[in-house]
Amino acid sequence: MRRAAFTGLLAVALTFTGAFLLLPVLAIFLEVSPGRLLDELQGDVALDAARVTLKTNGIALALIVLFGTPSAYLLATRRFRGRTLVVTLVELPLVLPPAVAGIGLLVAFGREGLLGGTLHAAGISVGFTQLAVILAVMFVASPFYIRTAIAAFEAVDETMLDAARTLGAGPARTFFRVALPLAGGGLGAGAALAFARGLGEFGATIMFAGSLQGVTQTVSLAIYQEFDVNLDAALAISALLVLVSGALLLSVKVVSARAPFVWTSSPRFARSG
Amino acid sequence: MALVGPSGAGKTTVLRAVAGLARPDRGLIALRDEIWFDAARGVDRAPEERAVGYVFQDYALFPHLRVRGNVAFGGATRVDELLERFGITHLARARPRELSGGERQRVGLARALARGPEVLLLDEPLSALDAHTRSTVRLELHSILRELELPALLVTHDFEDAVALADRIGVLLEGRLLQLGSPAELVDAPADPFVASLTGGNLLPGRARAVANGLTAVALDAGGTVLSSEHGSGRVGVVVQPWEVTLGRAATVDESALNHLPGVVASVFPVGNRVRVRVGPLTAEVTAASAERLGLAPGEAVVASFKATAARLVPLRD
Repeated sequence: MRRAAFTGLLAVALTFTGAFLLLPVLAIFLEVSPGRLLDELQGDVALDAARVTLKTNGIALALIVLFGTPSAYLLATRRFRGRTLVVTLVELPLVLPPAVAGIGLLVAFGREGLLGGTLHAAGISVGFTQLAVILAVMFVASPFYIRTAIAAFEAVDETMLDAARTLGAGPARTFFRVALPLAGGGLGAGAALAFARGLGEFGATIMFAGSLQGVTQTVSLAIYQEFDVNLDAALAISALLVLVSGALLLSVKVVSARAPFVWTSSPRFARSG
Repeated sequence: MALVGPSGAGKTTVLRAVAGLARPDRGLIALRDEIWFDAARGVDRAPEERAVGYVFQDYALFPHLRVRGNVAFGGATRVDELLERFGITHLARARPRELSGGERQRVGLARALARGPEVLLLDEPLSALDAHTRSTVRLELHSILRELELPALLVTHDFEDAVALADRIGVLLEGRLLQLGSPAELVDAPADPFVASLTGGNLLPGRARAVANGLTAVALDAGGTVLSSEHGSGRVGVVVQPWEVTLGRAATVDESALNHLPGVVASVFPVGNRVRVRVGPLTAEVTAASAERLGLAPGEAVVASFKATAARLVPLRD
């Protein structure tokens, strides 16, 4: 009797938790009719926001992967003094409040900021441009990619890399022909995670890039702007984001079910020296 | 050449050092007059620049490539020839996970040879195989190694594998090379008790002192005294090979043998057409016919005899 009662209590807790998490998501779809949602999605605000988001997040993701992959490979395969520090640094944006990230980016790259003078002289103005959005997204989303990428590379059996070297492949060829393909699944999942985070980026973007429709207004910023002006438009964009995020999460789960990988970078080489 | 020793003795480390995957603190590694590693002069060639063919313990086949892709990784020119030579042409499009242990080994060998190495390195080539496949593969590997005429260094924890595959055997224990020689030398003249036990000989510890006629008498820890034609003093181990021990009833003692150790038969174990009999601290190996004639069975009292010339001495650490 006691076991049934205990299980019952667990089930009740789950029901409440599940309902609490599900309700807001459901409400987005149920508040107005689907027809209305589709109409609003074709409005200017939504379309501009979608265009800006795709462009900026696409470029940001490409840069994250371009710089993040070799960085993760180095961190995963070499032991060096201060490695733990570097990994912590790379993971820092994960715990940094987005507003803090925004201010940081502003004072680093903005007109009055650290690099502002140099950039201004080169004719580049960063603040409140699409470049700012890209930078903001890169800042908050990189750790998601890099952490997963490190784990994916670490999961590659070192013996495979050794084998490649004994077969005449130098470090570069070993990376491209063995490490990369074998870590591929994990890298893809990391990219999906980073993309999802980038889509949801709000705080840093609004502070550093502003919310100019058609220029820097991403879908998250559009929702914020529209929700007290035209709630239906905000709901429409939100519904779209829920579907996209859901699809991304699902794809990550499917890939990891086929080729399991670890999600956090374990400090296997943390004994630096 | 084979390096034999228990796990942790450092055998794989030697192999990795030769391949350039591990860096020794001191020493010299060279292939003929090509210096691959010289601690004194700061030379350390990268693995990809050493002409080695390395076959890993579990073969380390690339899972994302098919057999053909694996073999071609080291060099694409001889792929077909190698596939044929190892009889795996029909597996060219298979993935490594679909292969049996023996097939994987052949792919591993073919792959290692594809780049035309000048020395072959094999890490426990038979341990990833089940007992049944092992004996077949051992014979195959033996003939392949002979055919190839490449210098080969293999490491194993199994002395029998080493004997089957190598001309010279080095015994490694805790990072030290105890002895290097042909299998026969290791059996006949073990330099160390570990080598003696490795080759399957009996080892009887005791204390030695010189006696008349140039012989040495050893007072065994287990009781009794044994005469040996070798020299020794202090703490020694008497090494006797099982087939040099004859068994008899107390009444029928062969006079030419000099050592007699009475004992009780503890176990009788047939091996092929011979029988291994444990008598006290000794294991003797006699023909099945003799065992039957003597009526050997556990509990029977017998006398184990062996010549003084068959009693070899190895120094024992206290």
